[in-house]
Amino acid sequence: MALSAGVDVGSTQTKAVIINEGLEIVGRSLIDTGANVVQAAEKSYLNALNDSGRREEEVAYVIGTGYGRYKVTFGDTQVTEISCHGRGAVHMFPDTRTVLDMGGQDTKAIAVSETGEIVDFCMNDKCAAGTGRFLGAASMALDIPLDELGSTALKSEKPVKISTTCTVFAESEVLSWLGKGKKIEDILLGVHKSISSRSISLLRRVGLNQQITFTGGVAKNIGMVEVLNENIGKELNVSDESHFMGALGAALFAMDHIKTSRIPAGGQA
Amino acid sequence: MNEIKNKEMVGRGTREGAALFRDWFQDLTEKAEKGETAAYVFVMGSIAEILRVFDLPMVFPEIHSLQTAVRHVADDYLNVAEDYGYSPDICGYVKADFAMQMQNGKHPMGQIPKPGIAVLTNACNTYLKWGEIWERIYDIPMVSIDVPATREAGTRTWPGDEQFEREKRYVKTQLKELIEICEKMTGKKFDIDKLREILGHVNTMSTGWKRVMELNQSRPSLFNALTDGTVYLGMSNVFRGTPEGAEFFTRLVEEMEYMSANGIGTLTDEKYRLSFIGVPCYPIFRRFNEMFTEWGGAFVMSTYLWFASGGTNLGVQYDLDNPMDSLAEGVLISVRDAMDSMFHPELTVLDKTNDFNIDGVVYHPIKSCRTTSAGMADNRRALMENSDLPSLFIESDMMDSRVVGEAQMKNRIDAFFEGLASRKAKEAIGA
Repeated sequence: MALSAGVDVGSTQTKAVIINEGLEIVGRSLIDTGANVVQAAEKSYLNALNDSGRREEEVAYVIGTGYGRYKVTFGDTQVTEISCHGRGAVHMFPDTRTVLDMGGQDTKAIAVSETGEIVDFCMNDKCAAGTGRFLGAASMALDIPLDELGSTALKSEKPVKISTTCTVFAESEVLSWLGKGKKIEDILLGVHKSISSRSISLLRRVGLNQQITFTGGVAKNIGMVEVLNENIGKELNVSDESHFMGALGAALFAMDHIKTSRIPAGGQA
Repeated sequence: MNEIKNKEMVGRGTREGAALFRDWFQDLTEKAEKGETAAYVFVMGSIAEILRVFDLPMVFPEIHSLQTAVRHVADDYLNVAEDYGYSPDICGYVKADFAMQMQNGKHPMGQIPKPGIAVLTNACNTYLKWGEIWERIYDIPMVSIDVPATREAGTRTWPGDEQFEREKRYVKTQLKELIEICEKMTGKKFDIDKLREILGHVNTMSTGWKRVMELNQSRPSLFNALTDGTVYLGMSNVFRGTPEGAEFFTRLVEEMEYMSANGIGTLTDEKYRLSFIGVPCYPIFRRFNEMFTEWGGAFVMSTYLWFASGGTNLGVQYDLDNPMDSLAEGVLISVRDAMDSMFHPELTVLDKTNDFNIDGVVYHPIKSCRTTSAGMADNRRALMENSDLPSLFIESDMMDSRVVGEAQMKNRIDAFFEGLASRKAKEAIGA
């Protein structure tokens, strides 16, 4: 039984997933990307292998994805994270027709077919407004760890309105609200609402179709999930593996390759 | 023998076009050095036919500006204009030109003469404000030709219709005013026979330009509409109404017909035939195209070749027995079509999809040009409602490298082709 792997080298974090022929995840790993992208890809892949308890020789095909996909030097080929998130989301939630992927510097709205193929997509352009980096700026300004932002925001009763769309200026706006004596949770909920509003604009461009699956690192933020659910008016699918959706999609494409290559010319497998 | 012939024929248009362009710049540089002025005109309705009667040299500020981006020095010019106070959001062409004016016409290909007159149409909203800048700096006459556009929910009138004839008279009156100004400015009398001769050259060029674009229905495609096409487009504008321009397009048709007859295509291993909508990404002109050709994507059609040639893609023919009437009619039909090619490109793309075997459409809205970009979002929706053609929407700029993110752009382009590949694979197995 062969294994396949997907390595998603993102701007902030690198994720790797190993799956078996039953399309089950058998190993995973998540590390910070840092400055050495090639090393991050290798390390993440080896960590995932270690997590699976399997040998490297058992992995028959590796696909790199994410911005650093061409830095997965040991990979067999590359696929964009847009295709991979679509594929991963439909694998996890088969009725998904729209995917919202929110990462470190990108937010993508992706319309997918029932087989996970991309029908249309739309991304933030030219700046990181409305992405995870926006939350990072708030986390820095308020000195609150990233993983506590969501739960803190949900304590708010009177959210402020964050008007800037620039991630860099967001920090100054957060500080100015602090200066005006606003509560941290009110400022944070304002930040979440601001990001949510930009993301929904992207989603509307590709169509809010049937089930929507939320992927990427920011999907771990319970505050963001709740704000999005409320503003969209329906509950988004969120998997425990949301962080790994791109890597999972890449591993699924890699498994397709393994299975297809077994079909003899002109015959059935 | 064939190899020698191929070598001589294939790429002849781009080689000859580049050489003529260098000559044009050389000529402008000499005029600038002597302190002579030029008529400043625009690609969407240059009215070259009249200006050539008076032997007025022509400067196309849009072309001079885009050349700075192709030569990777646009940022230097944009910075000069922004240091002066222009906003980053103002049209990059305007700012590069303004910076040239501030630096005595300094240009990477030579020197640009100062304007002696500006002639513009209403095809682009910015033309008018741009002309006013020169008017203010140099105190020169600015002649704006107001060309009535498509009316009443997309209806067009044609020769013989009452409204068309009324609008033609309106355009003709304005052209006569331009002639009067040129007569005063140059001290020369208007020569109708010279106009006939110029119109004859334009007829040859328009016939050729239309034919060249039709021939790109060939498989594989004969020229890349985004790269080679832009060279031909430059020729159609700069040499409009000249014997050189007429000869160029006659020879270009010959080249394309030769390639078509011999099954010769561009260097791209053509897997996907694409239509381009918008203005090219000049700051990374070659690289932008490569991101498509690497996947086997070939641009066989581009709306840029329609609107930026002032609608001469229609191949309108002037009646040499009735030159002024015919000129007014031609300007009305062509410039109107240029405007429609920006606002309703999907209509022509859909009409030609089968003939050109289009696999996908690439929309390229650009930050600093509202005229070409503002309608693209709803245009794309209209395309999607009326066809199942896959489309890609990528934003950048035609001048400003600061808003051109190559990595982000490549990501989107790669995803677009992944979708196209998957679609083709499904079609191949009949799924």
